[in-house]
Amino acid sequence: MSSEHALGSSEYLVEVEDLKEYFPIRTGFAKTTMLKAVDGVSFKIKPGETLGLVGESGCGKTTVGRTLLRLYKPTGGRVLFEGKEVTDKNMKEYRKEMQMVFQDPYSSLDPRMTVEDIIGEPLDVHKLYGTKAERRDKILNLMSLVGLNAEHATRYVHEFSGGQRQRIGIARALAVDPKFIVCDEPVSALDVSIQAQVVNMFEELQDKLGVAYLFIAHDLLIVHHISDSIAVMYLGRMVEKADADELMSNPIHPYTQSLLSAVPVPDPETARKQKRIILEGDVPSPLKMPSGCAFRTRCRYATARCATETPPFTDRGGGHMVACWEK
Amino acid sequence: MADKDKKVPLLEVRNLHTSFTTDNGVVQAVNGVSFTLEEGKTLGIVGESGSGKSVTAYSIMQILEQNGRITEGQILFQGEDITKYSAKQMNVFRGQKCAMIFQDPMTSLNPVYTVGNQIEEAIRIHSKKTKAEAYDLALEMLKLVGINDAERRIRQYPHELSGGMRQRVMIAMALASEPWILIADEPTTALDVTIQAQILELMQDLQKKLNMAIIIVTHDLGVIAQMADEIVVMYGGRICERGTADDIFYRPGHEYTKGLLHSIPRVDNMKERLIPIGGNPINLLNLPKGCAFCTRCEEAMKICIDEVPQELKIADGHYASCWMNVKNHTYVEES
Repeated sequence: MSSEHALGSSEYLVEVEDLKEYFPIRTGFAKTTMLKAVDGVSFKIKPGETLGLVGESGCGKTTVGRTLLRLYKPTGGRVLFEGKEVTDKNMKEYRKEMQMVFQDPYSSLDPRMTVEDIIGEPLDVHKLYGTKAERRDKILNLMSLVGLNAEHATRYVHEFSGGQRQRIGIARALAVDPKFIVCDEPVSALDVSIQAQVVNMFEELQDKLGVAYLFIAHDLLIVHHISDSIAVMYLGRMVEKADADELMSNPIHPYTQSLLSAVPVPDPETARKQKRIILEGDVPSPLKMPSGCAFRTRCRYATARCATETPPFTDRGGGHMVACWEK
Repeated sequence: MADKDKKVPLLEVRNLHTSFTTDNGVVQAVNGVSFTLEEGKTLGIVGESGSGKSVTAYSIMQILEQNGRITEGQILFQGEDITKYSAKQMNVFRGQKCAMIFQDPMTSLNPVYTVGNQIEEAIRIHSKKTKAEAYDLALEMLKLVGINDAERRIRQYPHELSGGMRQRVMIAMALASEPWILIADEPTTALDVTIQAQILELMQDLQKKLNMAIIIVTHDLGVIAQMADEIVVMYGGRICERGTADDIFYRPGHEYTKGLLHSIPRVDNMKERLIPIGGNPINLLNLPKGCAFCTRCEEAMKICIDEVPQELKIADGHYASCWMNVKNHTYVEES
């Protein structure tokens, strides 16, 4: 784009521009339809910051995270890391900078490997140690960083609880000393009493290591707690993005408004007073995306224009971005 | 609905014990649970995995796995002990007196029958209605639970419906015989938050219309705050605390409840670190001798490790089982 990018100087750590990810789906005999899982998403993350990405299942939030890391080949758009474009050719060097923590701590860890080997594998792949002793030191350091005991190193994953497994997954992601981690629903599989431990750990690691997160989750209260800014997705597109407090206190897009009003607040007094905006019906199938604004089929404010033109993502002041014609 | 006896509570669970025989030994999943449910009210049972909240619900319906059984205690429905019921009596109780909906509406519906078929089946098992009458009632139920275009939906198979709609079908099926109690085991855990709001509102609407009591089992404190009149907090198969929603949220009397409330993000602690409960979830095969929570409790004393705390009255209708209340004398002596 600009020469600034070529020089590799940017105040942003990660920049995503118009990212698209379409999957071909067989919808009949010799007929395929493009499922637009992610349809033109852009955002930027500064070093040491957290962007929360929320939305309902099927909105493409996980696909954004995976395409960003090139676990899927993007259909369109580009990703810049520290101002340089990430391509298929140079992806391998960026694997060291960008890591991922997965939702399910049961299926994302190999049951036949010891904790030491799981955390050590990225070190092996990137050859980040000189001697065996150095490797072990690094692993033990990582384990203490995420709050695991050294004697756990030789154990297998099945001996750990969900929260401890998630710690192992995080230690593995941290092994290569990344600057950016995609956290895909990292606490939703955990018990309530354990979630807070893991959320706190993410926050402490950020303070200590200055790592930036893309925090994907559907629990809005947790996302609000951990994020600096929050982006809301609906059917593959971003509908609103703002500073976390601003978005939670002053949602503009009708979808965000109903999403926030639907969150059950853990406080009986507020719950009794809460006015919910109940959305009609379900999310439309991404194979049959409504024309114009994808949300118009469930929107209270929808007009004829919403059906014909896709609303642009515009700044409503102070970086509060909204894609809506009516609001 | 018929007249209901005013004096005895609709449902009373007394000192319920349920255990499972496994290869690794006997697991005491529910260990002396007692509570009452008044008609038309909502009781919330909250706890994390392994707390025994679902097993309590399954025990009431007596739909435990083969290796599980109620070893002690009574479950009184309008004063009658249903644990003494025969299989035939139980079949009448299930469905007509008490119905249940589950977490995953996909696995609890049969994929090879249409939605209408399954609701009609439930209706005809519990009444002497003809096929045509059952169809009409099934259609009426689908409309009642807010399914648009019910005439078309009734002929569809579960896979053609969304998760939220499947849960509506489950509710329609459960309510077809006008039960007095609806037990909902994590009814919205598998659903998105906007769909969750729809289903919870539907349950509250139907409760008012049909004057039924609801037992909602969940781990989500937000859902509990929204739905429940009375709350039972469980940990390690025992009740930590029970009381009204306000008692539990504003005047918690058990260290576990306090810990839970501190550990969740709320509007007033967004800028602060959460205060997590330390340690790991309990292993039911290896319960501590005393209070189940003592290994994770910041305030644990010697007595907590040695002796199971007894349930003490903190205020009218508010009971907690925590030695801290004895230490600080924050309980009311019952005459």
